[in-house]
Amino acid sequence: MSDTADRVQKIVVEHLGVESDKVTQDASFIDDLGADSLDIVELVMAFEEEFGVEIPDDAAEKISTVGDATRYIEEHKG
Amino acid sequence: MSGLMAGKRGLIMGLANDKSLAWGIAKQLSAHGAELAFTYQGEALAKRVKPLAEQLGSDFTFPCDVSDMDALDEAFATLKARWETIDFVVHAIGFSDKNELRGKYVDTSLDNFLMTMNISAYSLVAVANRASAMMPPLKGDGTGGGSILTLTYYGAEKVIPHYNVMGVAKAALETSVQYLANDLGPANIRVNAISAGPIKTLAASGIGDFRYILKWNELNSPLRRNVTIEDVGGAGLYLLSDLSSGVTGETHHVDAGYHVVGMKQEDAPDIALD
Repeated sequence: MSDTADRVQKIVVEHLGVESDKVTQDASFIDDLGADSLDIVELVMAFEEEFGVEIPDDAAEKISTVGDATRYIEEHKG
Repeated sequence: MSGLMAGKRGLIMGLANDKSLAWGIAKQLSAHGAELAFTYQGEALAKRVKPLAEQLGSDFTFPCDVSDMDALDEAFATLKARWETIDFVVHAIGFSDKNELRGKYVDTSLDNFLMTMNISAYSLVAVANRASAMMPPLKGDGTGGGSILTLTYYGAEKVIPHYNVMGVAKAALETSVQYLANDLGPANIRVNAISAGPIKTLAASGIGDFRYILKWNELNSPLRRNVTIEDVGGAGLYLLSDLSSGVTGETHHVDAGYHVVGMKQEDAPDIALD
């Protein structure tokens, strides 16, 4: 796993309180990991803080899986 | 820690998570001996508020939708069933359709204008009405009364890009603070607002280009930094404790001084939207 994927996984595990083996790149935040809409906003804020990237609303709306988040951050981090 | 709030009980309304301004205030109040109750709106917030309340030794949490007067009555009945009186309330509530917190104010819809004013401004009036009835009566020795605190933003006073209808609602909120202070003053109930500088909270995530606003404040405020929820917590402790016994009707700026600045600082670099 890439460094970004590792860090994303760690943030998701901490925030949602789920087992790390459930946080695969294909896992859907809402359907598989039990996140609600506020969790998504909080996760996006946590990713922005951790990676120093900005994830605008229209991009955040397209992030539904852990892999979506990892890819967006990889493409946009400085 | 000192016992500045020892023997005092109060209600925190509008806590969302550990980034909330209400959390900064609640932590300070608890550290200084206050007993706290918390309201939340809906299950998504319940699961966030309950563990935070527990961290401060409180198991007293209950739902409250401030746009529903019956729900407000019920919440205050729940409060009164356990506590005969309260000494303070923190009102940290505001809401608007985030699609109207970008673009132009001139495009505000009637429905969102009314909803934003209702939840972000009228709710303080409705809360003050019910909370003041639960505050101890003023006695001959000067004891009794209480303190009510709300949260506002500089966008009430001057135009901040994208703040739009929320700025208009905050202006109504700040003026409500003055009228409520006057109505409740004879009962020794004080009503004040903290106008906090921008802080990245769940609520702020709805405001367009918020990162730009944060950066601008950091570069251009007299203290050349942004404020934290700890800064807000300290000011909240002052306004809710007897330290501020002679202060009411005030909008107190906790914004690193930004509100006194008239133009860009000489040492501030030009910045652009990302």
